[in-house]
Amino acid sequence: MSSEPILDIHDVTVAYHRRPVLWDIDLTLTEPSLVGIVGPNGAGKSTLIKAILGLVPLASGHIRILGSPLERQRQRIGYVPQRESVDWDFPVNVLDVVLMGTYGRLGWFRRPKAKDRAWARECLDRIGLAGLEKHQIGQLSGGQQQRTFLARALAQQADIYFMDEPFAGVDAATEQAIIFLLQELQRQGKTVVVVHHDLRTVPLYFQQVLLLNIRKVAFGPTEAVFTEDNLRKTYGGRLTILETAGQAVRTREPTP
Amino acid sequence: MKLFAAFDPASAFGLLAVAIVGNVACALLGCYLVLRRLSMLGDALTHGVLPGIALGVLFTGSLSGWGIMLGAVVFGFLTAFLTQTVSAQAGVAEDSSIGIVFTTLFSVGVILLTLLPDMHIDTGCVFFGSLELVTLSTESWLGVFTTMVSSLLATVAFIVVFWKELKVASFDSALAEAMGYRPQLMHYLLMGLVSLVSVTSFATVGSIVVVAMLIVPAACAYLLTDRLAVMLWLAAGVGALSAVLGYFLVPTHGNVPGMMAVMAGALLLLAVLFAPRHGVVAKVVRNVRLALRIAMEDILADLYRREESRQDRKSDPATGRWINRLALARLRNSGSITAAEVGAWRLTDRGRNQARSLIRAHRLWEAYLEKNLDLPPDHLHDPAMRMEHFIGPALQEELAAELHEPGTDPHGRQIPKG
Repeated sequence: MSSEPILDIHDVTVAYHRRPVLWDIDLTLTEPSLVGIVGPNGAGKSTLIKAILGLVPLASGHIRILGSPLERQRQRIGYVPQRESVDWDFPVNVLDVVLMGTYGRLGWFRRPKAKDRAWARECLDRIGLAGLEKHQIGQLSGGQQQRTFLARALAQQADIYFMDEPFAGVDAATEQAIIFLLQELQRQGKTVVVVHHDLRTVPLYFQQVLLLNIRKVAFGPTEAVFTEDNLRKTYGGRLTILETAGQAVRTREPTP
Repeated sequence: MKLFAAFDPASAFGLLAVAIVGNVACALLGCYLVLRRLSMLGDALTHGVLPGIALGVLFTGSLSGWGIMLGAVVFGFLTAFLTQTVSAQAGVAEDSSIGIVFTTLFSVGVILLTLLPDMHIDTGCVFFGSLELVTLSTESWLGVFTTMVSSLLATVAFIVVFWKELKVASFDSALAEAMGYRPQLMHYLLMGLVSLVSVTSFATVGSIVVVAMLIVPAACAYLLTDRLAVMLWLAAGVGALSAVLGYFLVPTHGNVPGMMAVMAGALLLLAVLFAPRHGVVAKVVRNVRLALRIAMEDILADLYRREESRQDRKSDPATGRWINRLALARLRNSGSITAAEVGAWRLTDRGRNQARSLIRAHRLWEAYLEKNLDLPPDHLHDPAMRMEHFIGPALQEELAAELHEPGTDPHGRQIPKG
């Protein structure tokens, strides 16, 4: 890997109906690591991930991944959306879902082959779901569904992963399996950016942390940044001036 | 019944062939509409394309051919696009937006049709189809059949070529987009094909019945399988079968397309009732089985408790509900209980072993609840009554280990060994 930053977010603002929901986010990630994104509900954590992946447009700023714009790096990016974002009654089985992880690499029109299937099975095995290949995804428990998503991300063979609340509503065994996998990925020199809710486990799981509440409060090594003072700033309510200014942009009228 | 009326096998075959091909194309596309929760948008498209058809006729002067196809596809895209735009710009929910867009476009279409004085377009035909008229001349039959087969081939080609892309875009459009697969493009291609297939079906089954042919076979197949490929085959089969049944069962002078829709509905009803996993009957059977197992286990546990307190079973449970009588009979037949005289049921060794496991589950659960749930002692029995039927040997051991092999439950009664 070159000396290019893994993730370079340059002055990014994301707006919804013109009102900014993320203000001038600017950060550079250079070391491969496990990164936690922490902040209250509505802080824009998922929106930031979606902006990085090109799923929501940027109002301003730009993002470079491993030194290039997103378009040229899609195959090096893995994504785990929130579990509730898909229909678990969709008529596919566990292996089908994990195989979708190989689709990005395959490109248009090429179908997965036997070796892709073998790889998907190996990913299932590594997350502890071996033997469930043929199960319809709706029959799985919540934890198993989340693990299926993790196996799919693993199948993507990416260099940098973005995961939206992979620990939400899972059982203790699944949480263990997931954190095991994240640590293994990190040992392989990969970067995993995780939206996380459980403040208690932040220092245990992540080397770096981004504290977010519609603006970046702090970003850096967990031991330096994850302080009571910063947490108070993050969770201590919105900044009313930012909100007023945002409303002004939306209504196209200057503030009083 | 048409079957018994005098009919010409050649024309009957021609009519059926057209209906089957059209229905299969509709059913295949319908699967993706149902899975993507776009059924109402499918409905909107079949109506929104009407102005396109009218304009197509106006410019080419022909009731069939590329003019109406092109018009329909353009207006199909327009319907899909306007639905999204009206929803975003007017701030109304998507279903309201669908209601606004397709009624407007459909009305415009109806007005345009009435402005075509020279064309013999019967608006009734557009609404209700004219399958019977298709076979009036070999020439018109051939035209309709060729268009129908072409749209089926286009549909099949689309699904085969974009199989993987459609699958990921339908299941998880965010992932598809992150991978660069353009789910919006898939969406519009799908909408274009739905428009194309609806307009070819207009001539035969009409703009209303085509909605049934898009949605009902797909919904039916969805109930019957958990695999996408199987769902497509089943939907195609249901579409074809509806055509056959509708054709042969329609009353003389009845509307064939209407009867096909009715048959599709009847097949859906059968699927709702008899689907292997999601069907009503399967659910009832599962519930009765569970109720029977619980009744049998309750009898075993009850006899065990009476043995423990050296009490004979006086009240005969068989006087209770039918399920208890059935449970008692099955327990006797399987040798779990026996009676020396009428009504005096006793556990056999086999029955005692089964009961011991239940009682162990019950009392372990009580102990576990007492330790972890902050419940008063008299609130422990009922939850344990419910849970004892679901706690197998492995979980029993886990409970025992966590509670350090308790000898007695919170009420001081002995917990049997596993």
